[in-house]
Amino acid sequence: MSTAGHAALVESDPRLEPGALEEERRRLDRTWWNPRGLVGWLSEVDHKAIGRRFIVTAFAFFALAGVLAGLMRIQLARPENTFLNPDLYNQVFTMHGTTMMFLFAVPVALGVGIYVVPLMIGARAIALPRLLAFGYWMFLFGGIFLYVMFLGNVGPDNGWFSYPPLAGPEFGYGKRADVWAQLITFTEVSSLVVATSLICTILKFRTPGMSLDRIPLFVWAMLVVSLMIIFAMPAVMVSSTCLILDRLLATNFFNQAEGGDPVLWQHLFWFFGHPEVYIIFVPALGMVSEIISTFSRRPVFGYLIMVLSMIATAFIGFGVWVHHMFATGLPQLGESFFTAASIMIVVPTALQIFGWIATLWTARGLRLTVPLLYAASFFFVFTIGGLSGVMLASVPLDRQVHDTYFVVAHFHYVLIGGSTFPLLGALVYWFPKMTGRLMSERLGQASFWLLFIGFNLTFFPMHQLGLKGMPRRVYTYPASLGWANLNALATAGAAVIFIALVLYLVNVIVSLRRGATATSNPWAGSTLEWSTTSPPPAYNFFPTPTVASREPLWHDELKPPPVVGLESTEREVLVTALLDAEPDHRYKMPGPSLWPFLTAVATSVMFVWSIFQAMGLIWGAIPTFICLIGWFWPTGGKDRLEKGGDGTGLTLRESLS
Amino acid sequence: MNTAQGSVALDVASLPRSAFGQRSVMWWATMCMIAIEGTAFALAITSYLYLKGRTPTWPPAMLPPALLWGTINLVVLLVSAWPNQLAKNAAERFDLRGVRIWMAVALAFALAFNMIRFLEFGALNVRWDVNAYGSVTWFLLGLHTVHVLTDFLDSSVLAAVMFFGRVDEQRFVDVSENALYWYFVVISWLPIYAVIYLAPRVA
Repeated sequence: MSTAGHAALVESDPRLEPGALEEERRRLDRTWWNPRGLVGWLSEVDHKAIGRRFIVTAFAFFALAGVLAGLMRIQLARPENTFLNPDLYNQVFTMHGTTMMFLFAVPVALGVGIYVVPLMIGARAIALPRLLAFGYWMFLFGGIFLYVMFLGNVGPDNGWFSYPPLAGPEFGYGKRADVWAQLITFTEVSSLVVATSLICTILKFRTPGMSLDRIPLFVWAMLVVSLMIIFAMPAVMVSSTCLILDRLLATNFFNQAEGGDPVLWQHLFWFFGHPEVYIIFVPALGMVSEIISTFSRRPVFGYLIMVLSMIATAFIGFGVWVHHMFATGLPQLGESFFTAASIMIVVPTALQIFGWIATLWTARGLRLTVPLLYAASFFFVFTIGGLSGVMLASVPLDRQVHDTYFVVAHFHYVLIGGSTFPLLGALVYWFPKMTGRLMSERLGQASFWLLFIGFNLTFFPMHQLGLKGMPRRVYTYPASLGWANLNALATAGAAVIFIALVLYLVNVIVSLRRGATATSNPWAGSTLEWSTTSPPPAYNFFPTPTVASREPLWHDELKPPPVVGLESTEREVLVTALLDAEPDHRYKMPGPSLWPFLTAVATSVMFVWSIFQAMGLIWGAIPTFICLIGWFWPTGGKDRLEKGGDGTGLTLRESLS
Repeated sequence: MNTAQGSVALDVASLPRSAFGQRSVMWWATMCMIAIEGTAFALAITSYLYLKGRTPTWPPAMLPPALLWGTINLVVLLVSAWPNQLAKNAAERFDLRGVRIWMAVALAFALAFNMIRFLEFGALNVRWDVNAYGSVTWFLLGLHTVHVLTDFLDSSVLAAVMFFGRVDEQRFVDVSENALYWYFVVISWLPIYAVIYLAPRVA
């Protein structure tokens, strides 16, 4: 590692004298300083700020989707209820599913990745930060667009997968299905740019010494997820475009009468939709690994198996989409293939669960904290979901319970157990790094147990309801069917979930103000994010560390040398080689800029305009293009950066240069 | 890691400030873009073949697209690889004059291609709203057109930067990666050309 390229080990260098270091730190503070004020806030390109914004915004949408779920549970609490009318009910369940999948589960996991990944790999910044900022604004504007339309009674109402012909021009009246299709455009742009940014960061910005076999498991998870996004999202990009063309320009992709086929929609949608489930699930695998390793005080058992399992899950995840379509009358041989693939995907997940059990089993002093409770509950809840998944993978059983509450129970166990529980634990785990304060353990335990009980109370009875024949997406049911008691139980469980999440929120707010101050490594973790201050400086590390092992903080004796010689008057980062992270070249990062925000505004106007008038796509492209010119035109240099640090904020003109 | 003074450090001051190809960040970003767009093309072609497989005669009772303009454009696009490569080579030697000349030539090819593309749409012999065949044919050609058009526009901006803007080492990396993306636009046209123009002519 030491002498490859032109990087060289130096000893007792004058740059390492305490005075010189202090001066270097002051220069870095100036160079990486982000202007204050509204314009400064809109121009922010620090991955930590953008990651936080992704997380907070995604939780705002989580709360909205949670309220919608609550409305549905109230409506279903007793038979023949009239709390919601059928039309509103259709919008509510579609909004709930769409929000949870596109505006919560994916963006929140990406947000955690955006915040944590550069810190875990010892990078000063994230790659393509302005593109990342653009991705955040597109996500935010897409979500706002969806909810504004919903408040105007134009919320999508065809389910989160928007099947034609129901969503097509013939039956999907008004603009509701167009709103859904265009929301997809917003969120896919956002996830694709985040995925690109994460891939470039993980492959090129790893600190010297962090070869591929020393990457923390969470970083591996985010790499795998980003690759999945890149190959899955284009499917929904193609299909939602075809749907909107059918609706707005009278094309016939899904029109049976003119040679089109609604089943084509299902193939394209689920070719995206099933990998999407794993896009939501795989980040959680990484979170669980980090939490279990830290609180077991030992590396996760079977690093290589863990990594290969995640990669295998990603691959197999692309080969199971037809199990959503068993009721469409496809050839039986094809269905059998997808049954086999769907059962096969259990293997890598099981390998990981055994790996974690082995880790916990051989722990060097287990600490049963809130993050570990969430990780442990993941085993329980996700395994139940996995078992009902194995059942649903078999065609006869699937045909029996297709479109019933059994499926609703299954995917809530898989998604909440497989993603939301680990996520809530991971936020408690990384909260001290992000905020400098620890969350209350007592409140955390209380909200965890309430959530765990409330969740099972809500969703376990749904298995039974499904077996008793209750279909999904019905706004009510007659008393004579005998579904009332189990539905009432589920609604009571939803109330418990509500209390649990309010407690979690109270914990966040109280801890932000009065939580115990966190040291740089409050949990005695092994990975690099715990080596820097809580919260980290804008440039993440001082000095930039290198690593000599997989758990750098548990192997102090190796004493990897810090990096010197990076420019401190420009935003410079070190780019390393793909496989073994040898130092390769220095790379200047762009500073704060208002252009990503303006470009996102222009792009959003174009997207929204185009669902009302096809020409909006053409006229709306002009301001977008002008913004892109402004974005890419190279200006500014050292002179501009010298101005930072005087607390006056950035003027509009400066932020556009 | 805080006790750095007096001990050993890794000095990176003499490393270069740019790199080309897979060493550079922009190469990976471009590759991600190519993977995204390539997947979209592959799925659009798959959809075409899916619909073709479900239709007894293809195209359904109409003439296939006329070969003339599409084939001319195929030649234009293949020849454009030549100035494109020369612009890439010039960028990798930091030769600003060469970059300016060959980017301008490559842009002329791209402009010609986009103009002929309009004639291609006119020679498809089908409207997008007649049937699924028309829809998917227009979709494929439209999808590729969006790529040549946007790449033409952002290559123009990059060329303008190279003529009038502040040029540093990283701009040359941008030129090199921009040329890489043009190759993708060229190569992706081969299967799309085959599907649009040849698939309706085989049983």
